[in-house]
Amino acid sequence: MFLALRELRFARGRFALMGAVVALIAILVVILSGLSVGLANDGVSGLQRMPVASFAFQENVSKDAAFSRSVVGQDALDTWAEQDGVIGAVPFGNTLVNARTDQGVEIDLALFGIETGSFLDPAIRYGSAEVQEGEVVISRTAAEEGIEVGDTIILQPSEAELTVVDILDDQHTFGHVDVGYLPLKTWQEARAGVRPGDVVPDRVYEEFTAVALQVDDESAVDWAAADEAAGTTSLTREESYGASPGYTAEIATLQLIQWFLYAISALVIGAFFTVLTIQRRQEIAVLRAMGASTRYLLRDSLVQSIVLLVVSAGIGIGIGLALGAAVSATAMPFALEAAPIAVATVLLLVLGLLGAALAVLRITRVDPLAALGGSR
Amino acid sequence: MTAALSLKDVTLTHGDGEEIVLALDHVSLEVGPGELVAIVGPSGAGKSSLLAVAGALTPPTSGTVRLGELDLGTASRRELTRIRRERIGFVFQSGNLIPALTSLDQIRLPLTFGTFENPRDPRRLLAEVGMEHKADRRPHQLSGGERQRVGIARALVTRPQVLLVDEPTAALDRQRSQDVVALLAREAHDHGVATVMVTHDHDVLHHCDRVLEMIDGRLREPLAETA
Ligand SMILES: Nc1ncnc2c1ncn2[C@@H]1O[C@H](COP(=O)(O)OP(=O)(O)OP(=O)(O)O)[C@@H](O)[C@H]1O
Ligand SMILES: [Mg+2]
Repeated sequence: MFLALRELRFARGRFALMGAVVALIAILVVILSGLSVGLANDGVSGLQRMPVASFAFQENVSKDAAFSRSVVGQDALDTWAEQDGVIGAVPFGNTLVNARTDQGVEIDLALFGIETGSFLDPAIRYGSAEVQEGEVVISRTAAEEGIEVGDTIILQPSEAELTVVDILDDQHTFGHVDVGYLPLKTWQEARAGVRPGDVVPDRVYEEFTAVALQVDDESAVDWAAADEAAGTTSLTREESYGASPGYTAEIATLQLIQWFLYAISALVIGAFFTVLTIQRRQEIAVLRAMGASTRYLLRDSLVQSIVLLVVSAGIGIGIGLALGAAVSATAMPFALEAAPIAVATVLLLVLGLLGAALAVLRITRVDPLAALGGSR
Repeated sequence: MTAALSLKDVTLTHGDGEEIVLALDHVSLEVGPGELVAIVGPSGAGKSSLLAVAGALTPPTSGTVRLGELDLGTASRRELTRIRRERIGFVFQSGNLIPALTSLDQIRLPLTFGTFENPRDPRRLLAEVGMEHKADRRPHQLSGGERQRVGIARALVTRPQVLLVDEPTAALDRQRSQDVVALLAREAHDHGVATVMVTHDHDVLHHCDRVLEMIDGRLREPLAETA
């Protein structure tokens, strides 16, 4: 420590430069983490908040478009309701629509059709106002777009009208679009594009997107047999996130960028300490000739890298959080959450330290004999 | 009385096959406590090799090296490091000080390598080598002679039994050279340190108790010149 801290102070310009690079990487990591969480929320927060274990979709539906493609009916619902371990099976409708309000606000909505009084009903889940036919309860984020209780939402192109009766406290979004909860019957009409005054065929009222399932014990259900019997393909709630438009690609891209950042920081720090150790060769030879043990020298260099990493990553994360707070206030899909940032920080530190440790091991190869005679 | 440092029949070869260089050729040397021995000789004669072997930096190809009763031939690498730390002091050509450290910290540094029973007080030692007024200076702010003084203090702070000095005056003018070697002689005598100094500088030999000449790896009394 004696030498490590004095060298840090002496070569502070050099270390500050390196620290600035680490700090910038840390800022990026925080921003990317915020963006990942924000995008995930934007993509699937409506699903995340559902008290649902699994969805049973139409048989062999493609997994990345399950919510838009799947159509199931009463038979599937009845079969699932009878399965051992299933404590709740209710119809769920999910469709994306374009709309505007009578106040002139343009808005896209993910319409979630639910059976009123079921475990999917926001009135049951949050105590919001009950939705009747022709009514809708919307996400807080839709309110931020300028929609208020009492407004009329006019669906395009059918011109069907929905009255906003309540606004939920939390973000409920799906595929970057605000969720509106409405009774299944109204949802079915909206999905079929029924215009006011149209004669509606019965078939319209027999179809919905999936069966939402509640279970008391995942393993108590024979999923394969039940799917077979019901003619469905079930996905757990987490698996169903992949069916949110763009979700998988966005998250995978951001994760890839984050991993690149970790690797870059490990490499950059490794390269820095490699150069530093090579520059200090003569000095290290002198220290070894004087009787400094390898352990002493390694510990000293590791202390340097730890101080460098912790201080600069700390500063970077601080700046990243401040920037993030500013971004959160905008409409960008961005959310700072402690857990992912903590994980990112630990990874940044551990991988950086690994890079430094590999570089610093070079010390063991310096021959103390080089201290003699060598004048520089 | 046993010598503080004794080399018996030491040879050291470099390289292998046809390129073998005999750097030390059956060298024997005894240095008593408080004695300052100068080694002179042409370039490539093996002077640095002698210091490397005496200083536990290189094991000899054959022969024995002893510090007091302790035979270096039986010591492990780790023990050799410890022996260098506790019993040997090095003064290098041009000082070889650590760029980041002030003069005072240069002297404190060896004491951080381990625990020492009775080290010398760094501040007092700095005063003894006449550098107390530059305690807070770093090497690049010191002259060559001042660096050597700090280097000497650094080598002595752990109270080594043996001090090995490689061309301490190579970068110094006449007067500074005299001062530095006089300081070495005084420290050797006052603190009973067995000191071996390699030098090219014949003007400083009068400070030394004994002068030996090295030629082609062999050590002998010089023919004519004396201190
Ligand atoms: N690592 C090595 N590999 C091969 N030969 C070496 C090595 N080190 C020294 N030698 C050779 O050993 C001989 C003695 O070298 P040494 O450095 O001891 O001489 P020196 O008396 O200190 O010379 P100088 O006054 O120039 O410092 C020389 O011939 C040198 O070339
Ligand atoms: Mg030499």
